[in-house]
Amino acid sequence: MVVKEEVKQRTNLKHPVLNMQGISKTFSRVTVLKNVKIELYPGEVHALMGENGAGKSTFMKILAGIHQPDQNGGEIFYKGQPVLWKDPIDARNKGISVIHQELNLSPNLTISENILMGTKFPRNSLGMVKWDEVHERAQRVLDSMGSSLNPRQLVSTLSVAQQQMVEIARALSFKAEVLIMDEPTASLTDKEIMKLFDIIHDLKKQGVAIVYISHRMEEIFKISNRYTVLRDGEWIASGPIEETDPDHLVKLMVGRDLKDLFNRTKAFNPLRKKDIPVLELRNISDKKVVKNVSFKVYPGEIVGLAGLVGAGRTELVRAIFGASNLTSGEIYVDDKLVKINSPIDAISNGIAHVPESRKEQGLFLSMSVKENILMAELKKHSKSGVVRWKDVNATADRYIKELSIKIASPDQPVSNLSGGNQQKAVIARWLSISPKVLLLDEPTRGVDIGAKTEIHKIISKLADEGLAVLMISSELPEVLGISDRVLVMSEGRLTGELSRKEATQEKIMYFATKGE
Amino acid sequence: MKVNVQTATQSQGLHIGNIIHGLWNRLGMIMILLLLCIVLSFTAPNFLDTANLLNVLKQVSIIAILAAGMTIVILTGGIDLSVGSTVALSGVISVMVSSAGVNPYIAMLSGAAVGYAVGLINGFFTAKTKLPAFIVTLGSFTYVRGLAYVISGGYPIVLENETFKFIGGGSIIGIPTPIYIMLLVYIVMFFILKYTMFGRHIYAIGGNEEAARLTGIKVEKSLINVYSISGLLAGLGGVVLAGRLYSGQPTAGQMYELDAIAAVILGGTSLVGGRGKIQGTIIGVLIMGVISNGLTLMDVNYYWQLVVKGGVIIAAVLLDRLRGDSVA
Repeated sequence: MVVKEEVKQRTNLKHPVLNMQGISKTFSRVTVLKNVKIELYPGEVHALMGENGAGKSTFMKILAGIHQPDQNGGEIFYKGQPVLWKDPIDARNKGISVIHQELNLSPNLTISENILMGTKFPRNSLGMVKWDEVHERAQRVLDSMGSSLNPRQLVSTLSVAQQQMVEIARALSFKAEVLIMDEPTASLTDKEIMKLFDIIHDLKKQGVAIVYISHRMEEIFKISNRYTVLRDGEWIASGPIEETDPDHLVKLMVGRDLKDLFNRTKAFNPLRKKDIPVLELRNISDKKVVKNVSFKVYPGEIVGLAGLVGAGRTELVRAIFGASNLTSGEIYVDDKLVKINSPIDAISNGIAHVPESRKEQGLFLSMSVKENILMAELKKHSKSGVVRWKDVNATADRYIKELSIKIASPDQPVSNLSGGNQQKAVIARWLSISPKVLLLDEPTRGVDIGAKTEIHKIISKLADEGLAVLMISSELPEVLGISDRVLVMSEGRLTGELSRKEATQEKIMYFATKGE
Repeated sequence: MKVNVQTATQSQGLHIGNIIHGLWNRLGMIMILLLLCIVLSFTAPNFLDTANLLNVLKQVSIIAILAAGMTIVILTGGIDLSVGSTVALSGVISVMVSSAGVNPYIAMLSGAAVGYAVGLINGFFTAKTKLPAFIVTLGSFTYVRGLAYVISGGYPIVLENETFKFIGGGSIIGIPTPIYIMLLVYIVMFFILKYTMFGRHIYAIGGNEEAARLTGIKVEKSLINVYSISGLLAGLGGVVLAGRLYSGQPTAGQMYELDAIAAVILGGTSLVGGRGKIQGTIIGVLIMGVISNGLTLMDVNYYWQLVVKGGVIIAAVLLDRLRGDSVA
């Protein structure tokens, strides 16, 4: 709180460190940004918000010198002077640093080398690198962040979160005055997020202006001072964070009234628990984290699987689907013991799996939408190995309509679709096998709010039709919004079970942080 | 967004530049092939004669057969360096079988079977041990050539059987037999890639192997089949070459694997996998064949031909890359 007061005073200074006005950008005659503006003051965290495709990243790429604005497409003032970045290196040398969403590290080099990459390494008179000095310099940057990482370690040995820290250290090593953070917490655990926020507070005190891009409302209200909302490439609103609330921001972002997030109304009736469970796990363990997990899922039920990153939820679901091996335990489908050694076994038992990262594990990016939908069921649409394209087209059309996937044509490459529509295509693929159990791993990650609600509705409808759904989600509002029952994992074990009525954010967090 | 870009370029109307640009986008490598033919028709004497054009097709036919198999291997994101050596081994063995007095058709089949076996081994190790295809097939590149020398004793084995010779050196209604075989291979391969589950799975595996596995596609089985087919076609190529040379030679087919890879890449297939067409490969093969033929007609010596061919490969792919960028 004290920090916040102090910052408030600073932000009252009349001179923005960076001021972008009337920025427009066109790619091959398509306008991506139209008359967008932002003012950044020293020592503030400025939340940049908008749905996917709203133009946030293009806007930030212009700020960082990766793209140039159109001719007469606005002006950038840095410390009061009009500037035009030649390239990203130019911008970085003048004090603009970016921490990209995707990590840009060289895994086989040391932490030091990654931090100092792009600067001149200290050398002796023979031109050989003075490694001690390199490591020392890196150490100083890491110390300033309160990080205990050893600069001589190889980046490939680090966890994703630690790599994120290296990425931040690199940005800081350039004495950034403006720092852009694009979804910095996406892969961090809660503890690491707290640490990151500490670092952000320090940076604020040092007068760094931070642009913070995130889809997580909680974070934004925790650390931002002001916000700017973009929609469809246009500036919509800016203001102090105290004068807004999540509902208002969502409304600004989607441009229509959105009655909160989707809420499952027709919840699963617990009386039906007399039914036979469609999926039952008994004492499941795997090589890495999952320890002795047992639970049942009933037809028509949505079970939310909550927990911190690294709790073993993804590993558990992958093991159920046969994507990784069990070391012990039994899986029952419809009360019958089944052996699942591969995804093929799981599919033949009616289990479907929407994986965690749709681009790496779900989609065939260069193939058409219809083939992406039908890929798991080509056999049903083939005769002695020859695909019957007529059948494929008809079935694909049906799912495209059913899930209202927005596309120009079913033959369009799936890579052209927005995140939400891509995710729907993956879900459609699994509906095509008429599954009994649907395993969802972070089904709305990186999906904008409009599509998120639609996906929630689809999941809910599928459950109403009798499908059993097991959904991993790290967003508690999502878990609370659509689960009939919530299971919580921590350190590979099942630590809690809550009914829809009992479940609250606090209780889930209690179980999620409960180590054994 | 891509859709918008396309409509934007289409709505530009009748500017010549745009028409050329549009044609280039759609046809790409075919344009380069046509351009080469037009240039050569002026500079190389007799280039457009039917006899010469048939000669070009005959000359490229073996590389074309290998390149068809190479296309599906590269579509899965792999590579097959062993096909040149397989040509030699298959030629040597099938001629030896024929010399032993066995029915010529069975002799020819034995050559194809040898190729299939080599491919099966490649596929097994690539799919099951997860060794990179480059390493597995580099190994077979070497040991298969070694076997060809061991079995033949290092000398060419003369082919006596006339039926066997016909497959490489004969002709039907004036068109050399290898051209028919090449056409058949491409028609079948086109059908497989476009209309069969196996073909679509090849694209899926090359595009995203992990997703393919999680979608329930039998990735290992498909990969083994892909390498087996590549081996089978190399075996077939070896039989055709032996028929044309009237002998099985342990030194045959050297560098053929690189020509086949070059043709596939010229044809627009991505080395990363998942993207490309068999139609492109035949264009790539023809570009290489037309260049060699034209330069020979122009009396350019073989050493300089190599220099030109290498330059054309890089230039053509570079041009194709530009095309890709302008659409994206």
